[in-house]
Amino acid sequence: MATVKTVPLQLRYLAHARSGDKGNTANVGLIALNPEWYDVLNKQVTLARVRKHFKGLVSNVERFELPNLHALNFLLHDALDGGGTISLKTDAQGKVYSTALLRMEIPVPVALARQAKKRAKCPNPCSSRSMPAS
Amino acid sequence: MTDKVVRIAGGQGFWGDWLEAPVRQVRDGPIDYLMMDYLAEVTMSIMQKQRSRNPLAGYARDFVPLMERILPDIVEKGIRVTSNAGGVNPRGCAEAVLESARKLGLAGKLKIGLVTGDDLLPDLDELMAAGHQMRDMETGRPLSDIRDRVLSANAYLGMQPMVEALGRGAQVVITGRVTDTGLTLAPMFHEFGWDFDDWDKVAAGTVAGHIIECGAQSSGGNLLKDWRKVKGLANPGFPIVEASADGTFVITKHPGTGGVVSIPSVTEQLVYEMGDPHEYITPDGVADFTSIQLKQSGKNRVKVSGIRGGPRTDMLKVSIAYFYGYKAVGTLVYGWPDAYDKARAADAILRQRLKNLGLEFEQILTEYVGVDATHGRLAGPASPDLPEVQLRVGVRSTDKAAVERFTREIAPLVLTGPPSVTGFAGGRPQVEEIVAYWPALIDRTAVEPGVRVEILEA
Repeated sequence: MATVKTVPLQLRYLAHARSGDKGNTANVGLIALNPEWYDVLNKQVTLARVRKHFKGLVSNVERFELPNLHALNFLLHDALDGGGTISLKTDAQGKVYSTALLRMEIPVPVALARQAKKRAKCPNPCSSRSMPAS
Repeated sequence: MTDKVVRIAGGQGFWGDWLEAPVRQVRDGPIDYLMMDYLAEVTMSIMQKQRSRNPLAGYARDFVPLMERILPDIVEKGIRVTSNAGGVNPRGCAEAVLESARKLGLAGKLKIGLVTGDDLLPDLDELMAAGHQMRDMETGRPLSDIRDRVLSANAYLGMQPMVEALGRGAQVVITGRVTDTGLTLAPMFHEFGWDFDDWDKVAAGTVAGHIIECGAQSSGGNLLKDWRKVKGLANPGFPIVEASADGTFVITKHPGTGGVVSIPSVTEQLVYEMGDPHEYITPDGVADFTSIQLKQSGKNRVKVSGIRGGPRTDMLKVSIAYFYGYKAVGTLVYGWPDAYDKARAADAILRQRLKNLGLEFEQILTEYVGVDATHGRLAGPASPDLPEVQLRVGVRSTDKAAVERFTREIAPLVLTGPPSVTGFAGGRPQVEEIVAYWPALIDRTAVEPGVRVEILEA
């Protein structure tokens, strides 16, 4: 059986994200930039990988799937130095944990990596495979 | 089934949001309701701090001049308002709005629905004696651990008292701690006469409320996907729900406004502050976010359908604010060359001086803005040629004197530490009191009998 050659690719090329807080827990919603890329995200953005990515910054990670929104949701526990008014962090409410996850790399087929990087250089409308702008 | 569409406009996403937004929602196109959410988790703590200094304060003060601007329009057009601007003092807030209405010559023309009963502070000891432990939902600690430091305790109420207020003719409904989503649910249930145990409808309204409760965050603001392509944010259109009797709805914004309403813009808001997506729990029911279907149904129009929900739980969430301690944050800016190394050297000197003074802190947190403040070690190694780095040191302690002394240790670094330092013109850091948040659960039956709806007239 032929294996597809893969390369590491940062999630920023495959997904967008938003994060928020509940007390000392931050959440990161990771959303496929193209609905067709959700399956790759779902398969490769595993709990183990995300735990490793945030090791030392959070105590524990939970993972949820939202195939209807082509999204994954992660809960990052003890991520906010106490959270809310207690926290001394610039990002006391976890607003930019979202983009911290987008730094993570996952292995993807070479063709997908090429397509995703092309989209980043020239987002819609000039990329025919992306979602409508509005 | 009717063809009736109810338009509910989001006017404020938090206390401090864009002041022009509600005015434009009222003036730039047709709406039936304006919902204004002011209460984030930390907001009640802040309002409580203000009320402890001034018994007349404790609500979103911006709300009153804002209402003054829109009252003539909403009275003329019959637009109704739901808002939790009342914070920890909803009565004070309602009275201030009535005063504004009278000043505008609207005496006899405005009815305000006041919802109270969320405030559990007067009965807290009685509730605890009756066995309500109100354990911290995050740590599991019982409330008795911090009882002597509790400053406020408010149950999150749902939509029902607001529906009652609307049914009794209130044009403006002012509440304390009701859920953000309830502010949108109430108009939908009032208009369509849905049953409170129609859980799919509760879930649909909850999702609608979640989408618009953070203002423009669902209509192009803070949108990461292709952010450069989001145009017109100098005049962002805030989101509007067009709700139908079958529980489906469209998210849109007024024509001619900036921003964008798209599947990505709505999805980013849907995942914001999300926990387990199968169970988005509110006092009114439980929504399943994995059932939501989105469809771009036109320019700046996203149709939302398919939402399923389940029964409400027997518990209500309680937002408790308590005195925690003190904190202060000091900053200095170090310039090229070796900016990061200089900032790190300054941090080491500062920490040594704090140690030499024998000061005790629960936490000393150093961040280097420009290097690692937002992403920590994930940001990777600092560029050796950074033009500048901001040293940002925060301390937290129950000992006020220690925090005070810390605030006097920042400026001396300018003449007694590493060179090329600036950015201290703002003076000494301020010592802040920390009023912290303690989320807990309580039996619904311990709260609901005390909920009251009053109609006040201008």
